[in-house]
Amino acid sequence: MEFITNHPVLVAAVVKIAVLLFIVMTALAYLTWFERKVVARIQSRWGPYYVGAHGLLQPLADGIKFLFKEDVTPPAADLVVYLLAPFLALSLALTAIALIPFGPPSAQFPNGQYMFIVSNVDIGLLALFAITSIGVYGVALAGWSSNSKYALLGGLRSSAQMISYEVSMTLSVVGVLLLAGTLNFNGIIGGQAGHGFLHWNVIRTGHGAFPQIIGFLCYIVAAIAETNRIPFDLPEAETELVAGFHAEYSSFKFAMFFMAEYANMITVSCLATILFFGGWLSPLPASWVWQNYLPGVGLILLGIYCAWDTITEMRGIAQLQFAVVTLGLLGGGALCLIPPVASIIQGPFWFTTKVILFLFFYVWLRGTLPRFRYDQLMSFGWKLLLPVSLANLVVTAFVLIFHLLGKQG
Amino acid sequence: MTLPFLLFFAFALIAVLGAVLLILAREPIHSALSLILVMVALAVLYLLLGAEFVAAVQIIVYAGAVMVLFVFVIMLLNAGVEERTNWSKIAAWAGTPLAFFLLLEIGHFMAHSKAGEMIGTGTGAGVGASGAAFSTTELSKLLFTSYLFPFEATSILILIAILGAMILAKKEE
Amino acid sequence: MSVVPVSYYLVLSAILFGLGVVAFVFKRNIITIFMAIELMLNAVNLAFVAFARAWNQLDGLVFVFFVIVVAAAEAAVGLAIVMTIVHNRQTLNVERVDLLKL
Repeated sequence: MEFITNHPVLVAAVVKIAVLLFIVMTALAYLTWFERKVVARIQSRWGPYYVGAHGLLQPLADGIKFLFKEDVTPPAADLVVYLLAPFLALSLALTAIALIPFGPPSAQFPNGQYMFIVSNVDIGLLALFAITSIGVYGVALAGWSSNSKYALLGGLRSSAQMISYEVSMTLSVVGVLLLAGTLNFNGIIGGQAGHGFLHWNVIRTGHGAFPQIIGFLCYIVAAIAETNRIPFDLPEAETELVAGFHAEYSSFKFAMFFMAEYANMITVSCLATILFFGGWLSPLPASWVWQNYLPGVGLILLGIYCAWDTITEMRGIAQLQFAVVTLGLLGGGALCLIPPVASIIQGPFWFTTKVILFLFFYVWLRGTLPRFRYDQLMSFGWKLLLPVSLANLVVTAFVLIFHLLGKQG
Repeated sequence: MTLPFLLFFAFALIAVLGAVLLILAREPIHSALSLILVMVALAVLYLLLGAEFVAAVQIIVYAGAVMVLFVFVIMLLNAGVEERTNWSKIAAWAGTPLAFFLLLEIGHFMAHSKAGEMIGTGTGAGVGASGAAFSTTELSKLLFTSYLFPFEATSILILIAILGAMILAKKEE
Repeated sequence: MSVVPVSYYLVLSAILFGLGVVAFVFKRNIITIFMAIELMLNAVNLAFVAFARAWNQLDGLVFVFFVIVVAAAEAAVGLAIVMTIVHNRQTLNVERVDLLKL
């Protein structure tokens, strides 16, 4: 027992990492379900429907399938690098989530450690970009070590695309840094506090601030290219280049690349909400006290809809499963209505809502747009996105300087 | 063995291991991976020394861009297995112990002489004993005021490097 | 004492530099020789940061910044030259590229 009191940082960190890892891996699995459902609806069909109620057990079935598939290794592959590549991709994608604050720093455990952020480094944003830059190796080494022409070409193209768009991504974020004055995530979010959503960095026009709408648009386009999603996914599409750099990977190693891509998507969406949309801040003014009950009420309404669905539409075992889901939702909603829980759950609730909206946007793009050709992709990144990010940075800097000069004189 | 010492020895060992693998590897891609390992281990050592910004820049620029360039060139040129160097036997058998003794001498000199104390062998006078991290704000102020001219000069240097690389890599028309 | 003495970092820097020199002298692949140069530059960076900590001055870190930038520029130009040489001589072995004319 005194181990817990003697090592507060270690114990709190281990608990947070365990919970976060569990939540993130479940979120990854259900993100695939979410994507398949949304893309299916865009294409006028149902999506997964039979494996569990509304297809909710589909990720489990997919996971079991990946584990049981035959593991084929190409004969002349460089084994060390071949095994290293998916491991590197997945571990880096998951490490980036340790830096993200899910709630306010005022929420703390009894021993004083932050409850909603695993590591609160002063250079949080820079560390996140460092992790993203090494993620390029997962792709490049996968392409090389497979010892196959298609994989090599796919790997080279994909990693060239990632490093090109990384430059624009980093530059489009510097405008936000100028407004915040710190690289710490909690500091950046703190600078957007007050006045509800009017003070978020994307539309902020107060004293000494310039709306970062162009920065946001550049960032989101660069982020989609960075994570190799449609419309920028030529190097890894199934119909081009025989699935690109992960052509020679099977079963669990392929699943690791797959999970790494979704984890990158989650990380980039979290970053977009923190930098441009206020992170865990609520869009409503702080004086509206009833917003504390919003998570609970929302969950209970969702539970009521699921209950109605269970009674009218589900049959057989799906009805039982969906009844369990309904009970879980109603129980969670009731839990969120208790005042101490309600005040703590505010931050994570708004954060996850915004992240889910961004993920929906990603999946919406996937269902709607065709892909770029590779030369169009590269010329777009270097000839359009980079100058626009630079221009955004210069204009923001000028506005800030004039404001500072005006304040002095 | 307190935690800073343990971390230092662990990552120093990883760095030296990476450097030795660089020498002993038979394929250039393995040498490149060992060098990336050395750079990441050095970034952790910079964090131990309190230089957070430099550690992040090392990973973003050095390990994340320069080494990607190396890896690309190795892939494009399809650099295969290196030919065996004929190591001279005298170099291997006499050189390694001699190098080890040279290192012992340097360590002894640093620990037990006046000059070694000046360089800084402990938490004595003149040594920054505060374990506080270097402030990024102060570093950037220094970079943009006292070192402004080298900063602008390096930007021109990078421009020249880009132009040079583009011209050299262009296909002959 | 709980602070690692600065001399430990300097010895590590010397070891890495020495290993870089060994790799530079003994390797035959031009790209590996380039990587040995980068290893030497990294060893020097470590020494700079160690001294910045020892004397609590930020100038060491500014030097590290410039060394990294110059190393990046040098790697870019150097590798472009390497690609041109390989295009002309069809070999990556430095011992074969020892005459000005083929």
